[in-house]
Amino acid sequence: MKLWLAIAVLAVWAGLACFGWLLPLNPSEIDLTRILMPPGADAWLGYDDLGRALWDRVAVGARYSFFVAIFVVSISAVVGTAIGAVSAYLGGWLDHVITRIIDIFLAFPGILLAIALAGVLGAGLGNVVIALTVVGWVGFARLARAQVLAQKSREHVQAAIALGARRRRILLRHLLPLIGASLIIEATFGVAAVVIAEAGLSFLGLGIQPPAPSWGSMIRDSSRYMLVSPHMVIVPGMALMLVVIAVNTLGDALRDRLDVRLRGGRASSTN
Amino acid sequence: MIAFVLSRLSSALLVVFGVSALVFLLIHAIPGDPVEVMLGETSQPADREELRHALGLDQPLPVQMLEYYRRLLHFDLGTSLYSRRPVAQILAERIPATAELAVAGLAAALLFALPLGVIAAVRRGTPWDSGAMMFSMLGVSIPNFLMGPLLILIFSLWLGWLPVSGREGLASLVLPALTLGTALAAILSRMIRATLLETLAEDYILTARAKGLPWHRVIFHHAMRNAMLPVITLLGLQLGALLAGTVITEIVFSWPGIGQLTIESIHRRDYPVVQACILLISVTYVLVNALTDLAYGWLDPRVRLRQSDRGAA
Repeated sequence: MKLWLAIAVLAVWAGLACFGWLLPLNPSEIDLTRILMPPGADAWLGYDDLGRALWDRVAVGARYSFFVAIFVVSISAVVGTAIGAVSAYLGGWLDHVITRIIDIFLAFPGILLAIALAGVLGAGLGNVVIALTVVGWVGFARLARAQVLAQKSREHVQAAIALGARRRRILLRHLLPLIGASLIIEATFGVAAVVIAEAGLSFLGLGIQPPAPSWGSMIRDSSRYMLVSPHMVIVPGMALMLVVIAVNTLGDALRDRLDVRLRGGRASSTN
Repeated sequence: MIAFVLSRLSSALLVVFGVSALVFLLIHAIPGDPVEVMLGETSQPADREELRHALGLDQPLPVQMLEYYRRLLHFDLGTSLYSRRPVAQILAERIPATAELAVAGLAAALLFALPLGVIAAVRRGTPWDSGAMMFSMLGVSIPNFLMGPLLILIFSLWLGWLPVSGREGLASLVLPALTLGTALAAILSRMIRATLLETLAEDYILTARAKGLPWHRVIFHHAMRNAMLPVITLLGLQLGALLAGTVITEIVFSWPGIGQLTIESIHRRDYPVVQACILLISVTYVLVNALTDLAYGWLDPRVRLRQSDRGAA
């Protein structure tokens, strides 16, 4: 996907999420005469098995996927980065303990811990955010820890220590800007992961609850009608795929532009 | 080498210990009274007390924890609240289906990734390369719960080649394996392309070419060996995603494995079974990872040296 196209897709996604309430969307309105109607000139993206307009449902679903992703990634990024950076900077037994905890969280494969947590906490929007954040912070913690370890012996940090700067100042002013680029890249790919995870939990019936439309639950509900109305799976599926591909494209582009490793390590001083 | 094996195994054991602690604590994450949640709000107080006692939830937390570990060591995973049967027995019935699916998914991933990655690297910059990379982009961006229905739509409903769901014979394994393997195939083919390109730029490849060896010999005998090392590590790490992917894939295809059992048990509030399933999948992942590391250390001596450096630091 071209970068401009990816940015356009993301703009539509964010626009629908933030300003969708300005549009006349009725995701739960039932029109019995239009049950399973395929996409067409007067049907937009078609209708589902209850006669609800798929365009309205996908557009409102964008709201859930967008805000869940933004919330989860921002909380995970702040908490994870703080834990990882402090752990690496202070070192000692604290670092040892935190590293072990990170290892344990990383030992749960993929979305499994989120499935378990969402299953135990009960379905619902808030619990989805909690479950995905509990899983999400680890990646940031590991990255921030590794980056701070790599950067903390640099001259300007040593100089700041020698000048008597406080730890908080050194972490926030002298180390965080250095690792910011990799954190932004991690956060971008994190958005794609959370969008998929939220849809996955909703697909399993552990996420956003009906009648609220989540792309994941729309895909699940479509399975019984797939032969007669394939548009019921294709419409939310395409929405999900477009957003994920767009986010990944943006992540790749950011990595090419920001990643210090690709520019021979020297450029990091200008960040 | 022995020191490396021991240090890797002991850290794996420590992680298993921590993972089981977290799984144990999971039941305490249930909001409110777990017993009430499991039995429903209309349950009798006497029944609740009975279950509370049976689950050991009337004991102080440290006692519960010790008891939990003591039972784990005896492979006693408790009793299902739903079917009243030992959890270990239920798991044992489901393991073959999931193992079969995971192995088939892995095989499908390798079957696609190897040729795609090699062709993309060898024919770099041609339509072959961009085609393979497009597949890779699509593969990582289509989650299992979308890939599964799409494959069913095309190959079962439209073409009628393969069964829609269930576990009856080899044909029923094809679509679940493809669904599970696609994401891994996508990631692996990218990695194979990248490492193979890097290896092909090395001097010894030039030497092999200069000797007049044919291309296929250079690629498969000289380059692939070195190029595969990072791929093996990635494979070990990605097996976790594959195992987690079995949960959703089993739901899509009604495949009677551990994943389906996990979700069924969550909906039935059968938490002893949920805990056991999560524990089983995670511990499998930890062990597979440890084995991958050991295999890698055995293949490449630099790894075990680096590892022991890090262990000492």
